[in-house]
Amino acid sequence: MMNPEDAVYMDNNATTRVAPEVLEAMMPYLRDYYGNPSSMHRFGGQVGAAITEARKKVASLLGAEPEEIVFTSCGTESDSTAIFSALQSFPDKRHVVTTRVEHPAVKNLCENLDTLTGHKHRLTRLMVAADGTLDLQKYEEALADDTAIVSVMWANNETGVIFPIAEMARIARERGILFHTDAVQAVGKVPINLKELDVDFLSLSGHKLHGPKGIGVLYVRRGTPFVPFLVGGHQEKGRRGGTENVASIVGLGRACDLAAAHMAEENSRVKALRDKLEQGLLSSIPHSMLNGHKTDRLPNTANISFEYVEGEAILLHMDQYNICASSGSACTSGSLEPSHVLRAMGVPFTAAHGSIRYSLSIYNTEAEIDFVLEKMPPIIAGLRQMSPFWKADA
Amino acid sequence: MWEYTNKVQQHFLHPKNVGEIENPDGIGEVGSLACGDALKLTFKVDDKGVIADAKFKTFGCASAIASSSVLTEMIIGMTLDEAAKVTNEDIADRLGGLPKEKMHCSVMGREALESAIANYRGLKLPMAEGEVVCECFGVTDLEIIRAIKESNLRSVEEITNFTKAGGGCGKCIDRLREILVATVHQGIDIKQIAEKPKRMTTLQKIKKIEEALEREIRPGLRKDGGDIELVDVDGDFVMVSLRGSCTSCAKSQTTLKEYVEKKLRELVLDSLIVEESK
Repeated sequence: MMNPEDAVYMDNNATTRVAPEVLEAMMPYLRDYYGNPSSMHRFGGQVGAAITEARKKVASLLGAEPEEIVFTSCGTESDSTAIFSALQSFPDKRHVVTTRVEHPAVKNLCENLDTLTGHKHRLTRLMVAADGTLDLQKYEEALADDTAIVSVMWANNETGVIFPIAEMARIARERGILFHTDAVQAVGKVPINLKELDVDFLSLSGHKLHGPKGIGVLYVRRGTPFVPFLVGGHQEKGRRGGTENVASIVGLGRACDLAAAHMAEENSRVKALRDKLEQGLLSSIPHSMLNGHKTDRLPNTANISFEYVEGEAILLHMDQYNICASSGSACTSGSLEPSHVLRAMGVPFTAAHGSIRYSLSIYNTEAEIDFVLEKMPPIIAGLRQMSPFWKADA
Repeated sequence: MWEYTNKVQQHFLHPKNVGEIENPDGIGEVGSLACGDALKLTFKVDDKGVIADAKFKTFGCASAIASSSVLTEMIIGMTLDEAAKVTNEDIADRLGGLPKEKMHCSVMGREALESAIANYRGLKLPMAEGEVVCECFGVTDLEIIRAIKESNLRSVEEITNFTKAGGGCGKCIDRLREILVATVHQGIDIKQIAEKPKRMTTLQKIKKIEEALEREIRPGLRKDGGDIELVDVDGDFVMVSLRGSCTSCAKSQTTLKEYVEKKLRELVLDSLIVEESK
């Protein structure tokens, strides 16, 4: 096994390190306080108090009320809950609006609604421009009288491009349409204040903000019609059955506290590291390009294409130096075609196959950036030497 | 992360014979940038008809690079006739095996070699002349038929793993199924199975087929003094053996196709093909 201390970890949009403070907060609930929060005795009841506390912390990070927070098992469950709830609340509305670049949790759900629900649906998948941004006018035109819900991610996981959620949610509200946003990549990286927004549902995931895996949240605005996805006990006020994942809920609460405290650093120091990495790579490696809008982007994400070489080969060479990142190439997407996000943006095949996503966190250091900047050019040059499409004089 | 053998990693990290031979005797070029992998193979042949040197340039993932590298190592010193017999399985074996989703990388190696030999001999490859079935990756029916025969493929998923056909938009999946059936077993009404299949593991299939046989099919056959046994499941092919009065029944083939196959498609998987094991 690779020593965690050796990892130059730049794959934080995939998952993040559990913050030491988070682990510390969780331990008592794994080791000692195993009571069921629903029990009548004090041994269980005190655990219930810890959940209440965590709920407040999550709400505070989002600018929400504690009772608007529903704990789930992951971002995917939150997404499914929101979309199915809207469709069941409005059985005569069978139109859903989303984008071409959603995470599979929303994409594959929306594309299979007919099979999953047994009802016929209409689906509008909004196109994005070459820089990954959405056209608001096209969005407005897509909304119809039978639109049950709009589901648009806050920020794209591959490119980091941020969508105009405030504006889009306002437009949906004006038309009386529910608005869901998958904010899994945005929470903790950019400020969110749901009090000022017309968002009805918002999904987040613990392990993307230095919390544990296996815990998610669905924010449900007060007064929004709601049908539970997991039906069972009275947990979460009947909105999500199943005994609470206590330790992870406590951990997520702590992670939200930390995220609020680190928000400024994320948008200054981490962003500066990202910019240094990005500019360094683009200037030292010819035929490289940035995927995604230059400024409307998460502060931690850089998605860069290196033409004429393939992503998996790049990643495995990086792996030799313990550098961890992701690629949108066919071989790494689990299918035989490159990432649906890059294809929707019209990134040419020459570049899509050689795309690498670097996603940073507050744990990255300048020394790590320098290390990656030193190692990348020879890796790309070596693979290009081997590529039949690479012309040395190009 | 893929599970690559040490041999694959070695050839990927330290590839042999990278480059292009000047004034080569044979050139083979396969794949494209759009497909995500491509290989250019060049070689020199000495006066005894032996491959004296071979070099490659590859765009692609680790297994594509490793397959190309090991291929050059294998063919240097071979006569052209020997080289012509190298199969994609030989390439994969030399690497200690490839993940099944990556078998197409070894196929690419064999195709480049074949095309380079044809180029040396001044021949035109018949493969390119087939009808393009998979538009995403430009795979022809002749290439697919060959892969089915050579590597004994038994499902559309395997065809995709070996040739990439069907791995893009998926529009050609029905056609692949038709070709699979026609190639493996001629004379079946291929239109019947043009439905899009669900994916199941062989174990799941066996369990469900056994259940269906027991609950739905055997009672009917037993009424007429017959019976049926499941012999094997190979991809979508279900081998059965008829027993009792079925063995001597003139209509047993009709029973197999019209009754057993129809029932199994309805109850288990709509892509199943029932055949009698002989």
